[in-house]
Amino acid sequence: MSAPIIEVHNLTKHYGDVQALRGVSFEVEEGEVFGLLGPNGAGKTSTVEILEGLRAADGGIVSVCGLDPQTPGPAFKQEIGAVLQSTALPDKLRVAEAVSMFASFYKRRRDPATLLKRFGLEEKRNTFYSHLSGGQKQRLALAMSLVNEPRVLFLDEPTAGLDPQVRREIYTIIEELKKERKTILLTTHYIEEAEKLCDRVAIVDQGRVIAQGTPRELKQRSAGTTRIELRLARPETDAALKQLDGVADCHASDGVYVVHSTRVPQTIVSLVKYLEAHGNELSSLDIAAPSLEDVFLELTGRRLRD
Amino acid sequence: MRNAWTLTKVRMRLALRNRAFIFFSLIFPLIFLFLFLGLFARSNVAAVPYMLASVLAITVMGSFWGLSVQLVTFREQGILRRFRVAPVGPGAMLASSIASNYILTLPAVSIEFVLARRVFHMSQWGNLGGVFFLITLGIITFAALGLIIASVTNSTQETQVINQILWSAFLFLSGATLPLPMLPIWIQRFALFLPATYLVTGLERVLVARVGVAQIGAEIVALAVSAAMALFLSQQLFRWEPEAKVGPRAKALAAATIVPFLLLGLWETAHGNLRSAARTDFLTIRSEPIDRPAPFIAPR
Ligand SMILES: Nc1ncnc2c1ncn2[C@@H]1O[C@H](COP(=O)(O)OP(=O)(O)OP(=O)(O)O)[C@@H](O)[C@H]1O
Ligand SMILES: [Mg+2]
Repeated sequence: MSAPIIEVHNLTKHYGDVQALRGVSFEVEEGEVFGLLGPNGAGKTSTVEILEGLRAADGGIVSVCGLDPQTPGPAFKQEIGAVLQSTALPDKLRVAEAVSMFASFYKRRRDPATLLKRFGLEEKRNTFYSHLSGGQKQRLALAMSLVNEPRVLFLDEPTAGLDPQVRREIYTIIEELKKERKTILLTTHYIEEAEKLCDRVAIVDQGRVIAQGTPRELKQRSAGTTRIELRLARPETDAALKQLDGVADCHASDGVYVVHSTRVPQTIVSLVKYLEAHGNELSSLDIAAPSLEDVFLELTGRRLRD
Repeated sequence: MRNAWTLTKVRMRLALRNRAFIFFSLIFPLIFLFLFLGLFARSNVAAVPYMLASVLAITVMGSFWGLSVQLVTFREQGILRRFRVAPVGPGAMLASSIASNYILTLPAVSIEFVLARRVFHMSQWGNLGGVFFLITLGIITFAALGLIIASVTNSTQETQVINQILWSAFLFLSGATLPLPMLPIWIQRFALFLPATYLVTGLERVLVARVGVAQIGAEIVALAVSAAMALFLSQQLFRWEPEAKVGPRAKALAAATIVPFLLLGLWETAHGNLRSAARTDFLTIRSEPIDRPAPFIAPR
């Protein structure tokens, strides 16, 4: 196998007293969609922006396309494309102007008109940036990140803050890029996004990679437990449900009890007995395969999103 | 180089779409022209070149205003960092700031000239070569000053405050609104340390006395030094990221740029004839008694 296109080894970074990265390591192969999944403040943006050459690392080794982003020469920026988490364009810049301007900065470039068409921005080509909706701004950001046919694409929370329909549009775009075998480093705190789009995922928490592998591998780690989701006629305490046979963990949110069980049949039998004895009833019951959310919960004892 | 030119074109377009820019850089100097020439030079054609020198100087000095606000906005909104991940260097960003400003200020200056000649019957064009020289150096100096202000401030509000202070100093201490010889002697002495004064008196010299470029050597040198210092500093202080802090080295450098102006002011105090030249030019408009020009109101 050839050398990985992105290498990160023992990366550290602090801001004042905050230790944002405490030795992050991972590698991304060419043509792979790699996800950094983690809660707010995990260190995803810090990692990605060090790889883009926007921030300076304190320690560790990083390489992108065989180049060092910390001392980027002109060649480096020709090779990468990026959707940044916090950025904007001038209010009075028109969509088509933005894409053509950025295209003109690169040696290798795609036709701006074709890109606009592909991202459904044709009708908006003469619209000012400030008049675009959130989803349109994000599609423009994606179009701009591709103007140089980059070898590596960095997408920092490309769907954050967008409504579900727009998010699905962006997923379709990323899936197309995936088919073209584009190398993508994607950060997200949506489980669904990581499971659906990524070939491999690194789960990041508090500046560390706490697990990595394919979504399937990661889920197998928690194969020991199965998730049972319950709704009850009357509330029960988490502690009471934790006493049931085979239950490893239980927590409630919005009236849904999520029970992690190592032995599903025994758990269900003892659950039914318990509810009968307490004059309570089941309103619904779902048995779900473990998700990356469960993996995160198991590893950290916390939920990915509160 | 090519990136700088692309950026220059885009930024000129953005400027022309910005109402505040149009107003402060193009309309405002024209209002000022009509006010000054209309009020103080109507019955005294001899005063037109003198007043025009003030208007031109104000047009040129205004360069720092819009540019500093624009660059701070670009940085604070994260616009600059988007350019930074593309192959765009600080050089292209800074060069395009100055070039777009220069290209947009030239038509304003030309219109002011033509109006002075046609509407206010200025009897001659003055030394146009000298005017061109001074204006070019002046725009570079004041545009780069705008870039420096943008780098040392952290929000548009902060920028506006600094701009107001500097703007008032440039207008009232340089002879641009109140003629230098009318100012108290201590202000006249202080003015010798301000680049703005050299721009104003230089323009007066080439427009009123129609002297050649060789005779405004001190002014040219002063502005060339200012331009070089301002360019150097703007490049040293430039930052892409809102979080980036101005380092101690950069602050020391900024402080050190006072030195050439101190030397210049001292030399001018000892050997120069700037103040006497300013007086001579001023006397050309005193064939009739004039009122003090109205205090100038700074844009907000
Ligand atoms: N410029 C900065 N100055 C100070 N602290 C920072 C800065 N950027 C990030 N941090 C801190 O570093 C930690 C990691 O932040 P980072 O933005 O990398 O996380 P993230 O995983 O991208 O989070 P999010 O999902 O909210 O985008 C956080 O505690 C954050 O507060
Ligand atoms: Mg982030």
